[in-house]
Amino acid sequence: MTQLTPTTAPPPVPEAAGTIEHATGPGRRRRGGLLGWFRGDGPHTLVFLLPLLFSFVLFSWKPIVDAAVMAFQRTNLITPPEWVGLDNFATVLGDPLLGAAVVNTLWFAALALLLGYPVPLVVAVLMSEVRRARGLYSALAYLPVIVPPVVGALLWKFFYDASPNGVFNTIVGWIGVGPLPWLQDQATAMPSIVLFATWSAAGGTIIIYLAALVGVAPELYDAAEVDGAGVWRKVWHVTLPQLRGVLLITFILQIIGTAQVFLEPFLLTAGGPANSTMTVLMLIYKYAFQNSLGGDYGAATALSIMLAVVLAIFSAIYFRLTKSWSTS
Amino acid sequence: MTDTRTTRSTRRRKDAEAPDRGILSLADWRRRRVRVTTRLTHLILLVSLFVVGLGPILWLAKSAVTPTQDTLRQPLALWPNGIDWANLGEAWTRVEIDRYFFNTVIIALGVWFVQVLVATTAGYALSVLRPRYGKVVVGLVLATLFVPSIVLLVPLYLTIVQPPLLGQSLINTFWAVWLPAGANAFNVLLVMRFFDSLPREVFEAARMDGAGPYRLFRSIVVPMSRPIIGVVSVFAVIAAWKDFLWPLLVLKDPAMQPLSVRLPQLQQFIELDVFLAALAIATVIPIALFLVFQRLFLNGASLGGAVKG
Repeated sequence: MTQLTPTTAPPPVPEAAGTIEHATGPGRRRRGGLLGWFRGDGPHTLVFLLPLLFSFVLFSWKPIVDAAVMAFQRTNLITPPEWVGLDNFATVLGDPLLGAAVVNTLWFAALALLLGYPVPLVVAVLMSEVRRARGLYSALAYLPVIVPPVVGALLWKFFYDASPNGVFNTIVGWIGVGPLPWLQDQATAMPSIVLFATWSAAGGTIIIYLAALVGVAPELYDAAEVDGAGVWRKVWHVTLPQLRGVLLITFILQIIGTAQVFLEPFLLTAGGPANSTMTVLMLIYKYAFQNSLGGDYGAATALSIMLAVVLAIFSAIYFRLTKSWSTS
Repeated sequence: MTDTRTTRSTRRRKDAEAPDRGILSLADWRRRRVRVTTRLTHLILLVSLFVVGLGPILWLAKSAVTPTQDTLRQPLALWPNGIDWANLGEAWTRVEIDRYFFNTVIIALGVWFVQVLVATTAGYALSVLRPRYGKVVVGLVLATLFVPSIVLLVPLYLTIVQPPLLGQSLINTFWAVWLPAGANAFNVLLVMRFFDSLPREVFEAARMDGAGPYRLFRSIVVPMSRPIIGVVSVFAVIAAWKDFLWPLLVLKDPAMQPLSVRLPQLQQFIELDVFLAALAIATVIPIALFLVFQRLFLNGASLGGAVKG
């Protein structure tokens, strides 16, 4: 949070910005302190920065600072907020639902990695060798990303109909499986949600991998062939190592994304059956917006800050551990 | 026009995107076993992509005009027993999908305008005009990328309920969705990167000819940055069309809600065939945009990876 303290600095009154310029020396084009700043582009630059400053101050920087403050307050929008120390954190940590939400979110992340991480990579590597009509392949792969997630979720909810006449049950029936309970059962609900989430997100990752695959220098393959490498060894020893930068980033981005999963369980199962798909973000939503006694905004922000801190620590450790691996 | 564009794009693809070889060399391609396996794999891949990517959308299109009983009894029948075009009309008028559809359009247009305005002006100020304090601003914008959006959810909601200086809640106004959309660090960075890559000589020359900062922006920078404005636009519209949680929180009046918020609630009290027709209507615009601006979408998606990477 230390980098957030200067948030109050950016909407500088012109004089303040001028003195900065004055103190650090002349601008590139014009010399001469405050007057020069005024005669030059100074005020005009600020005009162009206004939309950014307006939206970021109000809707990004200030809310981030607010979150850090609100986690230690009781806010009900009627009486002035009151400091309550670590009470909100105690409330959240004492909630019996928290354990389930954390376990479910981890389970979602693990399943999403198992399914959603290798599939786009394999598809992208295969697609990179397509010589004709590769645009068609990309378009087909990207289509699910275009479908609005709400439409996708409602559609898949119908597909997941647990009766033998359900769409997916008809399909698995062809190979003699089922009927499966899909979203209705505690054991299959989360994998079903992950299957949908993977369907709706894989296309974006495929396109990112494809762009990276095109960047692999052909000379590397030539060299590998001179050393007698076959197709598989070229994939293993050239393609994958060349993609490692992108792979490292998509991995951590996927973890951060899955930690904040909301729409899929919210629409497909509403957290059920028996809280087996209640995620951390759904719990935050419940604290703040589904409370009949008025939102517990303090508990909601406390939990979101804990989640953010865990993610930050995880990312830091991840980048530390993979540092030697990512730089060639 | 289309002709020149396609030749240019194929040339570009030959030049930059696909070198004359990939993992497989020409020698590999000449080997029969490799060639047959590769072709076969590609065929299987194409069929699977077709079924998985397009299948559900085609199913939705079919079911939108199929009577409920048909869909329930034989959901996977390739051709319905009867076609019920009335579903679409009924969804549009009786269920008032038209209203939610236009709400979605208005929200998307507003979000598009705000995002393009913030991204281009900020990119211009920070990458072309480059004030001394620019680095601080860029740093602060960058820093927001590292804060998970979930942290902002509740405080942002309270900002909308009690906005500073305004003294009036923005709940149930489109401003509640439009304004926060501007604070998008990703767009700003994307545009800045693009402006950084433009030749500075052009700006210097325009300056020599006496163009002020506004003239430079309007006559030089905006026309030159059409490609990146296109990418930002496409992503703004699609993201606004997709958004669910935020409009759900700030647009409580059903008459103001977009399709994404309204559809889950409608499900409970309308017939299945009309509901599926409504889902199909909600998908038409994004799919149409994708078909028209395919290259923009796919280039933009890979650009996303480049910036994130």
